[in-house]
Amino acid sequence: MTTDVVRLAHGGGGRMQAKLLDEVILPALGIPALAAPDAAVLDAPGGRLAMTTDSFVVRPLFFPGGDIGRLAVHGTINDLAMAGARPLWLTLGLILEEGLPLDDLRRVLASVQAAAEECGVRVVAGDTKVVEAGRGDGVYINTSGVGVVPEGVQITPGAIRPGDVLLASGDLGRHGVAILAARENLGLDPPIPSDSASVAGAVAALLAAGVPVRALRDPTRGGAIAALQELADASACRLVLEDAAIPVRNDVRGACEILGLDPLHSACEGRFLAAVPEHAAAQALRILRTRAETAGAVAIGRAEAGEPAVIRRLATGVERRVILPAGEQLPRIC
Amino acid sequence: MKHLDEYRDPALILRQVEAIRATCTRRWTLMEVCGGQTHAILRHGLDELLADAVELIHGPGCPVCVTPAETLDQAVLLTRHPEVMLCTFGDMLRVPGALGDLNAARAAGGEVRVIYSPLDAVALAREHPEREVVLLAVGFETTAPAAAIAVLQAEALGLGNLSLLVSHSLVPPAMEALLVDPDNRIQGFLAAGHVCTVEGAAAYHAIAERFRVPIVVTGFEPVDLLAGIHACVEQLERGAARVENRYDRAAPDDGNAAARAAVSRVFEPVEREWRGMGRLPASGLGLRPEYARFDAVARFGLVTPEATGDGPCIAGEVLRGLRRPTDCPAFGRDCTPDTPLGAPMVSSEGACAAYLHYRGEA
Repeated sequence: MTTDVVRLAHGGGGRMQAKLLDEVILPALGIPALAAPDAAVLDAPGGRLAMTTDSFVVRPLFFPGGDIGRLAVHGTINDLAMAGARPLWLTLGLILEEGLPLDDLRRVLASVQAAAEECGVRVVAGDTKVVEAGRGDGVYINTSGVGVVPEGVQITPGAIRPGDVLLASGDLGRHGVAILAARENLGLDPPIPSDSASVAGAVAALLAAGVPVRALRDPTRGGAIAALQELADASACRLVLEDAAIPVRNDVRGACEILGLDPLHSACEGRFLAAVPEHAAAQALRILRTRAETAGAVAIGRAEAGEPAVIRRLATGVERRVILPAGEQLPRIC
Repeated sequence: MKHLDEYRDPALILRQVEAIRATCTRRWTLMEVCGGQTHAILRHGLDELLADAVELIHGPGCPVCVTPAETLDQAVLLTRHPEVMLCTFGDMLRVPGALGDLNAARAAGGEVRVIYSPLDAVALAREHPEREVVLLAVGFETTAPAAAIAVLQAEALGLGNLSLLVSHSLVPPAMEALLVDPDNRIQGFLAAGHVCTVEGAAAYHAIAERFRVPIVVTGFEPVDLLAGIHACVEQLERGAARVENRYDRAAPDDGNAAARAAVSRVFEPVEREWRGMGRLPASGLGLRPEYARFDAVARFGLVTPEATGDGPCIAGEVLRGLRRPTDCPAFGRDCTPDTPLGAPMVSSEGACAAYLHYRGEA
C-alpha cells in the first residue's frame, strides 16, 4: 500500500479498492485472494435456518476487553444462539472513514477473524465502502449471520411458564460500563473489561445435554431489565428477581454508583438470560459452570403467574417494580 | 463497595425499622428535603417498610425541579445567539419551558454543552476565546461554591468570554416557606446531609426554634436515612424540636468555611422564584455588584419571558409535599420520562421520576 490510512479511492471500485481487498481485508480473514463472486453459494444443512443482522457503531473502536471487530462477530452469533441456532456463516459489511489508519483496520480485521475462528463460523461474503473524513467514526460494521436450529429445539420468549427459574450466565452490566469508562476517560484502575464473548457454545452445551430451555435472551442495549421486560410481556408472566442474587461485579457496581446508573440497565455483550423449568435449573447451572465464559452462572429469580412485570425483591422483602429506562442510558455502545 | 454495603445491610435495615415502629405511638409525617434522599427511600423501599409508622413526604430539594421556567426560557433564548456556547448539567436538557427544552434548542442549531462541573465552563472559555461561554448555574448550597470558584478563576485568568445565568437557590428559606403554608402537614424534617457539608447545621437552629419542628441532618444510604428518621420520631414522641446531626460522619456541624467564603465573595442572597412555590425572599443567590460583569442576563440583554402555567402538571404541589406524584392525573400517562410535562419527571432527583422508576405505578 502506498499510504497508511484509508482513502476515498479505497472505496472507489478501482485498483486501490482491489489492492485493499487483496492485500488487507481478504488475507486478514484467511480468504484466498480471488475474483470474488457476487454471492456466496453454500451447502445448506437440513432443518430450519436462523438468520439475523446487526450493525456496530461503538465508540471507541478499541476498549478494554474487546474491540468493534470482536463485538461484530459475537453480537450476531449471540443473536443466533438466542434462537437455539448453531451459527454457521457471517457476512461482513465495512463502512470505513477516510483517514482511518490501515493498522487500525488490520487490528479490527484480525479480531473479526480470531473471533470467527474461535466460534467456528466462516465469513462468507462482505462489502467495503469508504465515506469522507468526518462522516463516520473510523469503522462501522454490519454482520449478518445464518445458523441452523437443531431438530426439536423450540426456544421462544412466549414459552416461559410460572415456576420457571431465571438464570444469568454471568455478571451483568459490564460492557456498558466498560465502554462508558473508556469513552469518558474515567481512569478506573484497573480498567473494567467488556464481557464481549460468544455464548453460542454454552447454549449448544445446554441443548446437547437435553436441558429443556424455554427461552433465551441476550441482555444487550437496555440491559437485563429491557431483556426481562420483553420476556415478561411475551410470556405474560411476572418475573421476580432476587436482588441479592443478581451478579454484578464490585467494580461495575462502584462505577454505576458514582455515575448514577443501574447496572441492570447497562448492556452485556457476552451474557444471556435463560428460563428453564425448575427441575432442570440445577443441571443447567452445572453445565454452564464448567465452561469458562459462563462460570459465573447463577439463578436470579423465577417466573410467577400474575400481571406481566419485572419485579426486584430486595433483601428486606420489599418488592419494587422495575421499568425500562426512558431512552438510551448511553448511546453507541455496540 | 464494601463501604457502602455496611449502610445497606438488610438485617440492620429491618432492625432499624422495628426500632422506629416501636418508638412511634402514632403515625408521624416527615419530609425529606432532598431529592437524592427521595430516590434512596424509594429505591430501597423504606416508604413501604415504614408505611404504618411514618409518612414520608417529598420535599423541594431537586435543583432542576425548582428552577423556574423563566430561567430555562432565558437559557433557550441564549442558545439563539450564534456566538453562545451554553454549558449546563445534563438533567437540565429535557426540562420543558415555554420555549421548549434545551434539547430542542440544540437540535435547532444552538450549542449546548453538558458539563460535570462549573469549572468545565472555565476550561471551555479558555479553549474557545472566540465564543461566549455561558454557565447555567443552578443548584443549592452544594453547587454554588463551584460556580463561585468558576467566577473567581475567570477573574484571575482575565477571561472576558465567560458569564453566568444564575439560578442558585437556598434550602432554609424554602423550608420556612413550607412551614408557614396553612396547608402544611410537616411535623419533622430530614435535612440534606450534603447541604450541611457546606453550610453546617447553623441555619436550621432558627427554624427549629421558631416553628417547633425537629430537623435531623441525614445522609443518603438506607441505614443513614433510617437513623435520621428514628432520631426525628424520637424527638417528636418526647416533644422535642431541635437540630440534630445524624450524618456527622460526613457533615461537620460547622460546614466548610472555605466553600462559604468563596460563595459570599461572589454571590449575595436575592429574592428567587421557585417553581411551584413562587417568589421567596432571600432564597437565592445572585452575583454581587462587583461581579455584575459576569451576569449573562445583562450581557445579552435578556428579557424575562412571560411566566406560563404548568398545564395539568401538579409539580408545584408535589414540590411542596402537598400531593404525591401519583395524585397527578397525568402521571405515567401523559407525563412519563419520555414525555415529561414537568421537571420532577425529568430530573434524576425528581419525585415523579422516583415513583415511576422504583414503584412503576400509575
